[in-house]
Amino acid sequence: MNPQPPVQVDPSSSSRLLLAGRWTLAEAASRQAALAHEWHGIAEIDARQIDHLDSAGALLLVQLLGRLQLQPAQVALGPNHQALLAAIAGASQHDGIVPGPHSGLRDVLARIGETTFGLWLQTRMFLGFIGLSLSTLLRTAIHPRRLRITAMVHHIEATGLDAVPLIAVLCFLIGAVVAFLGSTVLATYGATIFVVELVGFSFLREFGVLLTAIVVAGRTASAFTAQIGAMKSREEIDAIRTLGLDPIELLVLPRLLALVIATPLLTFIAMIAGIAGGLSVAAISLDITPEAFLTRFHETVALRHLLVGLVKAPLFAAVIALIGCLEGFKVAGTAQSVGERTTSSVVQSISSVIVLDALAAVFFMEMDW
Amino acid sequence: MSATASELDTVIRIRGLDNRFGTQVVHRDLDLDMYRGEILGVVGGSGSGKSVLMRSILGLRRPQGGSIEALGHNVLAGSEAGHRVIERRTGVLFQDGALFSSLNVAENVAVPFKEHHHDLPSALRNDLVELKVRLVGLPIDTCMKLPSQLSGGMRKRAGLARALALDPELLFLDEPTAGLDPIGAAAFDQLLRTLQQAMGLSVFLITHDLDTLYAICDRVAVLAEGKVLAIGTLEQVQDYDHPWVREYFHGPRARAAQTAKRER
Repeated sequence: MNPQPPVQVDPSSSSRLLLAGRWTLAEAASRQAALAHEWHGIAEIDARQIDHLDSAGALLLVQLLGRLQLQPAQVALGPNHQALLAAIAGASQHDGIVPGPHSGLRDVLARIGETTFGLWLQTRMFLGFIGLSLSTLLRTAIHPRRLRITAMVHHIEATGLDAVPLIAVLCFLIGAVVAFLGSTVLATYGATIFVVELVGFSFLREFGVLLTAIVVAGRTASAFTAQIGAMKSREEIDAIRTLGLDPIELLVLPRLLALVIATPLLTFIAMIAGIAGGLSVAAISLDITPEAFLTRFHETVALRHLLVGLVKAPLFAAVIALIGCLEGFKVAGTAQSVGERTTSSVVQSISSVIVLDALAAVFFMEMDW
Repeated sequence: MSATASELDTVIRIRGLDNRFGTQVVHRDLDLDMYRGEILGVVGGSGSGKSVLMRSILGLRRPQGGSIEALGHNVLAGSEAGHRVIERRTGVLFQDGALFSSLNVAENVAVPFKEHHHDLPSALRNDLVELKVRLVGLPIDTCMKLPSQLSGGMRKRAGLARALALDPELLFLDEPTAGLDPIGAAAFDQLLRTLQQAMGLSVFLITHDLDTLYAICDRVAVLAEGKVLAIGTLEQVQDYDHPWVREYFHGPRARAAQTAKRER
């Protein structure tokens, strides 16, 4: 027997359509093309020669029936395929959903409104979270035994001690770069010795604490978000609540306190490393001996610059820890959401640290400290 | 629906399967045959290796020994082409649906089409996606929802729609009715039976649910002591003389399920 074409009008009766061969997903595209005709005067369909039919083929048949305004009963089918066609016809009876009209301008406005409102909600939630954490902190201060010392020490190690090499290397290199840059300008006035003040002021007042905060934000805020987010999506937070424990006390306070303790220490290391970087450049390429560098440092850089730098560290640490934890609590179930919240926590903490630092710089300048 | 082995061809043939985790033996010299067009219920206590068996057949886990043939292909040969065929011709519904959480339901169902039939016109693909979603009894507006916005029962139906996307010959279900309320579970059983008959599916069904066993399974395989302890129709299996089998089929819950079946 010659292989029959998949679609043809019956030679013996022009009102009958003959279908044959394989009608499965693999052939669906070509079968759909073969059916895409204006069929006139077709009153019945003979599909008994179809040897393979799956739901894709059946869907094409049902769509053809719809176009020809025929009933499934008007199709002659092999016995194996009747149940399938009936099921598919039953499932595709209703019309598809009509997507609502799209208006570009309306979408833009809606997007702007959504973002603005989201920003407001975010701010409100962050302020609320700060309040909640502070009140829990006060409660813990009254009952110090509820503080989770072990967890806190663990977080100090993970966020502080483990970050020391990274921060020391980074700050040493940036200290060296600042000294190099400064010396090229200062050399034109024969004033290379001012490199000492340049490196000293910049690292004690700004760079030490800022670099530390940025590294901590990148390293630790993301870690906090991912840890708490994973617990949230596995319903561990809910379990904590139902066991009568306070997730803020259990998860947020140890992280917050650990970071508030670790960041000033890291900042101090960052300052020393930066100044050491400047000192090395001065010794190697500017002919300022380490003794001369340190003597001048001692004479010209006052203690208050160190304090101005260090006092900002706990504030930045608290902001980073709170943002990291809050974003973790915002995680909602999906894998994508963990990623989104982690990105958002790093972006938010780095930008708020820089904004706070700028405000602090203005404040300290005005106070003449 | 019961028929003898000689009349039907075998879709899964397992011989001498050995599975171990370290020193813990899960399967020892396990044999199993599953025939085309049947719903085979696989039961066994927790930890009896039902899921490990399914993962071995699907090639998700390499057993320590034995041979597994699915749809005429040797699963353990590791040939890329053989794997491709098995991927195309089997569908799997994992315990909680295992929907991709960042895609909505329609996108989830469209994934197998995009992977295996990327030349399909997108209009036809959308029609097919919509059809599968309807076939499993979900309202069409669930298409745009994310898995996290669905109830457990709807997630399972959506997972079933994805498993059925490519019209598999062989469907694997891992505890499809676990965690559903009894009404939802009965509806799911009914749906499975209808789809199985319409599409000529062979279904490998892991379950704890006695009602499911009594309602839709053609044959039942009992897994215990690392092998298939008994396999056959419910009537044959429930009289097998083994403490676990007796406990399972003649406990209070089994009696309730039997009564329910007689009333049906």
